[in-house]
Amino acid sequence: MPRQKIFSVLLPALAGALFIAIWHFIRVSLSEDFRFLLPSPTEVISAFREHGDELWRATLNTTTGATLGFLGAVTISFTLSLLLSLSPLVRVTFYPYLMLLQMTPIIVFAPILVLWVGPGLKSVTIITFLICFFPLAVNTTQGLVSTDRNLVELFRLYRATKFQEILRLRIPAALPYFFTGLRIAATLAPIGALVGDYTAGSSAGDGGGLGFQTIIYSSQAKYPALFATAAACCALGFIFVAGVLSLSWLTLHKWHDSYERADT
Amino acid sequence: MSFAVTTNPSARPSIAIEFRSVVKRYGQGPVIVDDFSLSAARGDFIALIGPSGCGKSTLLKLVAGLSPVTRGELIFSTASSSPLLTTAPSSTSASSRDDLAYVFQEPTLLPWLSVAQNVALPLDLRNTPATQRTQLVRDALALVGLTTHADYYPRQLSGGQKMRVSIARALVLSPQILLLDEPFGALDEMTRDHLNEELLAIRERLRWTAFFVTHSVAEAVFLANRIIIMSANPGRLHREIRVELPYPRTPATRRDPAYHQLVDEVSQLLRSVEDHSTV
Ligand SMILES: Nc1ncnc2c1ncn2[C@@H]1O[C@H](COP(=O)(O)OP(=O)(O)O)[C@@H](O)[C@H]1O
Ligand SMILES: [Mg+2]
Repeated sequence: MPRQKIFSVLLPALAGALFIAIWHFIRVSLSEDFRFLLPSPTEVISAFREHGDELWRATLNTTTGATLGFLGAVTISFTLSLLLSLSPLVRVTFYPYLMLLQMTPIIVFAPILVLWVGPGLKSVTIITFLICFFPLAVNTTQGLVSTDRNLVELFRLYRATKFQEILRLRIPAALPYFFTGLRIAATLAPIGALVGDYTAGSSAGDGGGLGFQTIIYSSQAKYPALFATAAACCALGFIFVAGVLSLSWLTLHKWHDSYERADT
Repeated sequence: MSFAVTTNPSARPSIAIEFRSVVKRYGQGPVIVDDFSLSAARGDFIALIGPSGCGKSTLLKLVAGLSPVTRGELIFSTASSSPLLTTAPSSTSASSRDDLAYVFQEPTLLPWLSVAQNVALPLDLRNTPATQRTQLVRDALALVGLTTHADYYPRQLSGGQKMRVSIARALVLSPQILLLDEPFGALDEMTRDHLNEELLAIRERLRWTAFFVTHSVAEAVFLANRIIIMSANPGRLHREIRVELPYPRTPATRRDPAYHQLVDEVSQLLRSVEDHSTV
């Protein structure tokens, strides 16, 4: 087991080193005229130093938008899923519109949104919300309606109230589905915030996020800074996914089969 | 309006449940159970055996109130002193079924609860005070020999252990009536024999009335004092066999010639019923 742990740290580290070596090698093999296409690792690091404050502020802004949109989507999709699961009638009535919501092209919707609520954090949050909402609502609803029939009968037998049935049976049974939705939403939230900021960001107020910085750096041909921006986006996405994976592990590992260790 | 209840303490003092010409259809579907009459005395261990689809599970669901009786009557007596309570068709009299527990074919445990929490579920749903609950759960787990596994999660248990938890959960409310629907059907023979012996040992201490659905003739003979053989299409009571083997029954009972004779007899009856219903 400890040996396996060493490998699980060592191997990715080696792969990373190899990646940077190849990056460096490609760069030095490029002719002088084309080197601007691929800044060297050191150039990216110095871009971080040069634009540090600006990038940090932009990252925080994008994180805020992503987090607010994500949490909003979790809360509202969960409430909606509960309503949908309670009544087949409600489900039949609203499910098509849920589908339609998923089809909404964000690129088209963004300018409309800017018109309605103005550019900046509000628009970014709403766009993130829209992108995260669908996978959460669909998975949670699915989980809430596919409770084991025998367990439902067991609750009926012990004359559980509807409230007890929802709280103590349907919701816990839906958790694995919910976390499937949550994992998808966690990968989408930073992307949603970035795209939102790219299409509806603003230098006014908070000064814009990573999407807005992307527009600025590319218009100024600051390629090392663009690479630094990309790295910041990756870090943000990583934190989101890692956070949700940990939460999922904490909630499910004791009882759910997906976390069953092969050697127990 | 008079409150004339069908009280008849002298004639049938110990009736627990009585089926009177019970008919069951699901919606407008075919008749599943037809003209089923049976009266179970307190403490009876009744095995239901018959071709699959003859309505054994349906009968248990009627008793449990999970599905309404279409025609006829299902009569419960709640406690030894109280009069018989009648549940008319489609009515689900709540009070009559308070002392009832059901063991399903699958363990039907909540995977996110520990063994102790699973056993506590019926108590939780009735808001039993915590102090009382702890003691009742401990007792129930001791009955099935799982005291040491209280903090395990269902996925850490074997099939037999899961079934034990399911039985402990059924017993935690001290039921008067116990319904078991092929509880050991999925287990290997050794585990099944062992659990049969445990079930009878528990019965020596807690005298419930049991309905036990099974496919195994040997299991039926070993456990029950009455075996009901059913025929199918529609499900009817075909024959009743009384098992006169004395309790407590032990592994030695399985070597008793009378036991083997009964197993043969019931097997033959069952085969003739199955031949008829496969036509
Ligand atoms: N909820 C239900 N709705 C409609 N038909 C049912 C339902 N439950 C059982 N049945 C039918 O009733 C018949 C008897 O089923 P069941 O009581 O499960 O038989 P057994 O337990 O003896 O195998 C079967 O034909 C089955 O299809
Ligand atoms: Mg059955």
